[in-house]
Amino acid sequence: MPSIGDILEGNRICICAGSGGVGKTTTSAAIALGMAARGHKVCVLTIDPAKRLADSLGLEELGNEASRVDPALFAEQGIEVESGGELWAMMLDAKETFDALVARHAEDAAARDRVLNNRIYQQISGALAGSQEYMAMEKLFELHSEGRFDLLVLDTPPSRNALDFLDAPTRLTQFIEGKSLQIFIKPTGFAAKVAGRGAGVVISVLKRIVGFDLLADLSEFFTAFSGMIDGFQDRAHRVSDLLSDDQTCFVIVTGSQGDSVEEAVFFHSKLIENGMHFGGAIVNRVRYRLTTKIPKVKALTKSLESELEDADLAHEVAKNFCEYDVLALRDERSIKALRESLGDEPVIRVPYLDTDVHDIAGLNQINEYLFADEASRIDLATGS
Amino acid sequence: MPVREIGFNGLILEFLEKRILFVTGKGGVGKSTVAIALGIRAALEGKRVIVVEVASTENASRVFRQAEVGFKEVEMANDLWAISIDPEDSMKEYVLLQLKVKAMRDLLFRSRMFTYLAAATPGLNELVTIGKIWELALPERKLKHGRRYDLVIVDAPATGHGISFLQSPRTFANIARVGPIHSQASQLQAMINDHRQTGSVIVTLPEEMPVNETANLEAELTGDVDVAVDRIIMNALYPDRYSAKDLKAIKRLKKSDDPEIRAAGRAAISQATRTESQREQLERLKSLVSAPVSTLPFIFTPEIDLSAARRLAEEIS
Repeated sequence: MPSIGDILEGNRICICAGSGGVGKTTTSAAIALGMAARGHKVCVLTIDPAKRLADSLGLEELGNEASRVDPALFAEQGIEVESGGELWAMMLDAKETFDALVARHAEDAAARDRVLNNRIYQQISGALAGSQEYMAMEKLFELHSEGRFDLLVLDTPPSRNALDFLDAPTRLTQFIEGKSLQIFIKPTGFAAKVAGRGAGVVISVLKRIVGFDLLADLSEFFTAFSGMIDGFQDRAHRVSDLLSDDQTCFVIVTGSQGDSVEEAVFFHSKLIENGMHFGGAIVNRVRYRLTTKIPKVKALTKSLESELEDADLAHEVAKNFCEYDVLALRDERSIKALRESLGDEPVIRVPYLDTDVHDIAGLNQINEYLFADEASRIDLATGS
Repeated sequence: MPVREIGFNGLILEFLEKRILFVTGKGGVGKSTVAIALGIRAALEGKRVIVVEVASTENASRVFRQAEVGFKEVEMANDLWAISIDPEDSMKEYVLLQLKVKAMRDLLFRSRMFTYLAAATPGLNELVTIGKIWELALPERKLKHGRRYDLVIVDAPATGHGISFLQSPRTFANIARVGPIHSQASQLQAMINDHRQTGSVIVTLPEEMPVNETANLEAELTGDVDVAVDRIIMNALYPDRYSAKDLKAIKRLKKSDDPEIRAAGRAAISQATRTESQREQLERLKSLVSAPVSTLPFIFTPEIDLSAARRLAEEIS
């Protein structure tokens, strides 16, 4: 079973995907740190890192541009960095990226300002479904084109659905094209055909329900965008191409519970369907089984009693272990199911550590698992 | 009318007296389970309650999937009703209630206009979803023969999306300055900002990142979004099992010849370490937020299901 280092060999982009709350941000940061220590110039793009993690990376003032993590911080933790290794990080600002994109595609300052000052644009540029996902990719594309880094690690936004990420470029351009709205503005020709017979009546009914004012405002918004559609489309195609590039690798991050694993399996099948390059799955917070037999509270209490000389405590420790083992068994089962669904693809387990990870030392601890082979991982986790 | 049996003798939770409760929090903290547990608790306290899932939240909850809850009010457990709100269905229902002429409605439905309108109007899905929540909470339902509920509990979208979800009425009231959407949106906004009738519960975990996010979320909710935060529930707390003296004894277990005893000692130490950091996070949370904080225990079962939610229901304080 390969390590994350083996998986990322020869790749320029690593996209960490998965549902919310599975440890994507921490995993992305750990991967970036590990690859930097191995002599690569790496930049991690994150959305909203824990304050303490950002602090520990010395990245308090982090904005929409990449900044370098001070190498002295690695030395403090006893992390050796091979020559050429650098860790950079940046926090994505979806709205700022969107604004910059508008500025790039606008014909002139007036066209740019028409969009930036549009009331609807201001309401949606940060909140439009898919816009955060798209802006993350947009930034990724920009950094990739600059060619400053050996590897870019993207921590994907916590979207409702991990799949939102895959079709975000298409959805955003379709939205900006405003095709769907043309029906309301000009209910003739093609639009009328789509709408079916009696489109005129339908529109007038709709206007009554929705309000003409809103339709007119939307129309103004799309008109403001109209000059930029070609630029946006072209860019979105290139961003899409980058996602399926040979040197782009998706890593699915998941928890060890049944539903989390089910979602990872589903996401994997979608990646394959969309022709993306899948590197492997990382299962976080795994409770490894510490014995092979299933413990029984009564028997274990008895054998603990002689060691602890305290019946109540013996019972508590026995119960504690049995409860742990129930969860460890569940993790074992769901990981087995994951392995079966993924075929020969790598599955890397990271144990449920005794403490939260929110600093470089913690990331380095995770990397002992991410960058080890399977046998050493098990030894480390079970303490054998 | 038959007298309702009140099956709960414990503390009555005053925030369950509200009409609408939004349960929110970071992804993966157990939001859906807590929403259902709150529903069970309110039902135990004798309330007619419905738990609402917003379709396509981060994870469609297991319990909802197992009970096959769709866009129709169904009884999920005794006295506990549930519905999964689909924006498209809500939109249709909205139009149904607005247009009395059947021929007109049929024309609209056939034309796929809604799909187009929703695609062209960002946030419209959220708006109609909140509209449906409002309708469920009305003492006199708009829907013919609609059941009357005392309390609507909403399993709201996770943090980031949750904020824009709750803000969608205001966004719309601003975008559409006049007209029917403007007045509808203003009405929904007034409902969301009515601290007497509407409130929220933030669910979190005893860990660094969720605690930080909860503090930010509370500030946003009580600030710009203007939604009352009634409770912050710290979920999945380990039991505080061992004294310092106990731990000393447990540490000696690693010298045992029996691998099972060594393993048991290791599991105990690991949990004790976690428990300690959990208590720190609990204290940190309390120092960071203004709403009352209560806790729920970790449930040691492979998957969290309806029976786990039942156990939690009685623990909520």
